[in-house]
Amino acid sequence: MSAAHRLIPALTVAVIVGPVLVGLLGTVLPAFGVHPGLDGVGPGLDAWRDLMEAPGLATAVRLTVTTAFAATLLSLALAAGFCAAWHGSPWFARLRRLLPPLLAVPHAAFAIGFAFLVAPSGWLVRLVFPWGTGWTQPPDVALIQDPLGIALILALVCKEVPFLVLVIVAALGQTRADAMLAAARALGYGPVTAWLLVVLPPVYRQVRLPVLAVLAYSLSAVEPALLLAPTAPPPLTPLVLRWFADPDLALQFRAAAGAVLQLAIVAASIALWLAAERPVVAAGRWRIAAGRRGGPGRPVRLATGGAMTLAVAAVVGAMAVLAVWALAWTWRFPDALPDRWSTATLAAAWPELAVPAGHTLLVAGLATGLALVLAVGCLEGARRGRAAAPHRVLLMIHLPLLMPAVGFLFGVQVALVAGGLDGTLAAVVWVHLLYVLPYVFLTLADPWRSFDERYERTARGLGVGPLTVFVRVRLAMLLRPLLTAAAVGFAVSVGQYLPTLFAGGGRVATLTTEAMALAAGGDRRVVAVYAFAQGALPLVAFVLALAVPAVLHRNRKGMHAG
Amino acid sequence: MSLRLEGIVLEVAGRPVVALPELTVPAGEVVTIMGPSGCGKSSLLACVSGSLDPAFTVRGRVLLDGRDLAGLAPERRGIGILFQDDLLFPHLSVGENLAFGLSPEVRGRAARRAAVERALEECGLAGFAGRDPATLSGGQRARVALMRTLLSRPRALLLDEPFGKLDAALRGQIRTFVFEHARDAGLPTLLVTHDPDDAAATGGPVVVIDGVSP
Repeated sequence: MSAAHRLIPALTVAVIVGPVLVGLLGTVLPAFGVHPGLDGVGPGLDAWRDLMEAPGLATAVRLTVTTAFAATLLSLALAAGFCAAWHGSPWFARLRRLLPPLLAVPHAAFAIGFAFLVAPSGWLVRLVFPWGTGWTQPPDVALIQDPLGIALILALVCKEVPFLVLVIVAALGQTRADAMLAAARALGYGPVTAWLLVVLPPVYRQVRLPVLAVLAYSLSAVEPALLLAPTAPPPLTPLVLRWFADPDLALQFRAAAGAVLQLAIVAASIALWLAAERPVVAAGRWRIAAGRRGGPGRPVRLATGGAMTLAVAAVVGAMAVLAVWALAWTWRFPDALPDRWSTATLAAAWPELAVPAGHTLLVAGLATGLALVLAVGCLEGARRGRAAAPHRVLLMIHLPLLMPAVGFLFGVQVALVAGGLDGTLAAVVWVHLLYVLPYVFLTLADPWRSFDERYERTARGLGVGPLTVFVRVRLAMLLRPLLTAAAVGFAVSVGQYLPTLFAGGGRVATLTTEAMALAAGGDRRVVAVYAFAQGALPLVAFVLALAVPAVLHRNRKGMHAG
Repeated sequence: MSLRLEGIVLEVAGRPVVALPELTVPAGEVVTIMGPSGCGKSSLLACVSGSLDPAFTVRGRVLLDGRDLAGLAPERRGIGILFQDDLLFPHLSVGENLAFGLSPEVRGRAARRAAVERALEECGLAGFAGRDPATLSGGQRARVALMRTLLSRPRALLLDEPFGKLDAALRGQIRTFVFEHARDAGLPTLLVTHDPDDAAATGGPVVVIDGVSP
């Protein structure tokens, strides 16, 4: 084991950072006219000239930046405002338990369900409006794919707020928040003001990386942008994907330049965000110097409570509308529910659905298993190494969370083709691992580090060998976080769209790639079957991750704490 | 100013956990509540300050200057607390910690800065406004914590074993510092401790509780 604990962290960093670097190189070189597979136009700036003249580029960039900043700011304001206003209330605890499954709903299933809810012919119009309007036709208004990207922003917020609330809650546990809050309130500060001035600053320092990941994701989101953003032109990522998919191979160079531009936009946006923290901090200090106490915060409670309810309802509603459509036979506008129900769509879809469902399970199972082994190996290595250096190196495994997918997946594909690996299961699993591992690691790190070492010392003192202690004491006691991490990893893998598409070369079809392909214009009922199956798989994984330890430890009160 | 506790009993699920005899703390005096750890002393203070866990039911009344505090949020009670930990906010400088406490009735940047400076001089830390609280000694931090509370102009003071983490040499010194300031400000002060020396140093009455263990 002593060799393994030094080897695994190094191996992990190589497995994650290697493809990212190779992918970056494989994207940047074509952007400057060098492509191993195509007859390059020779090193030069032609691709950039072509990109700058591409129709709609300026609008696409503006749309990308405005929607991403709006979504990130709204998400952070809502998540922090909700935590500030509802800290310590029983609703806060209840919502916390609801968030992980909401977070597990993949972006593709949610975006499809969101479109089915909000579109002019969607469920909301059907449920709410007929009494008031007497419409017999869907209204001719752009409720999704609106020119400002409002539908995209709202959908991003619905998925990002649960994530941010969960990371804030995790950070609260490490910052003595309750004691600080009590001290500030004893000095006369209202609950919301106290939370924002005293709890948020140390918490924000802990959640800065997740916030930046949210910003990076919003800038380069694929599934919601393809389904909910305007199309003429779309934001930058869908535009670049259009060029990549174009049969005219000359467009590959323009696409590569676009992907590099996307990378630059993400880097510049992160820099802008970090720079903008300063004036916000200055405003906070100015507010503290003035000493105003703030009121009981009822408006903030109402506003954040209402907005949070809407966000939760949107995710639950998206899954519900998929279930209804999957079981609908005929559903005329503006009826609130189908007039005829049937399982015929399900039955007809099953034979074709079985293959991508099998791929989805296989890839998610393999990627999650590998990620667990590597994450456990890294955490053990870091623990036994007792050095700061491996910790800092390990931070690099979060790189894929900050990188826009189009920025390096194109290069990964070029490398896979060159190595004859494209379209293989191994390639898909490896690329999934880039996204699964960071999340598994993040989920497992805290329980692993806070494990009481005295259990292990006690067991060793009883004359038991290190490997047995590791398995029978450490792994056994950490079963619940291990299974939670596995469920998170599984959900992340099931949700992957672009990585599957690029590494699978169109030959490894999963529920996600099928649902997205059908969503472009398929029968709503069939789309709903695929999207619901994609959305339900992670939920099943989360139920199992909760149920297995609950059953195994039903007579072990000590294993239910925390 | 006076703090009055009338027949306080704390119950969990209908069973009494702590009971306190009728108690009046006059202005400028210190009353000590003593008892072993786990007897519910801290819950009593939480009840007075308004941050009691909702699992408790409270019988009896807490009156500050004759006003019943029931249902008032902690920040509306005008009751300052010092804990065993100084709880200086680590992201703010020493001066900002004091400004955070300083009552909003003191208006204007210059006036507020002057008030903070006076408080620093008062506790022997003139010129420390810009310092990181983490660079202060335990005694200095304890004094800043008291000053921060006094600047908020409370009408009563609660002390939750505030000297528990200080070493013996510092203990007596800080104790005197806190008691003198509380007396000068005319604050009714309730001290919770399990250290008989603390109780003796107050020169005031001592109430011993042993908890009504279920």
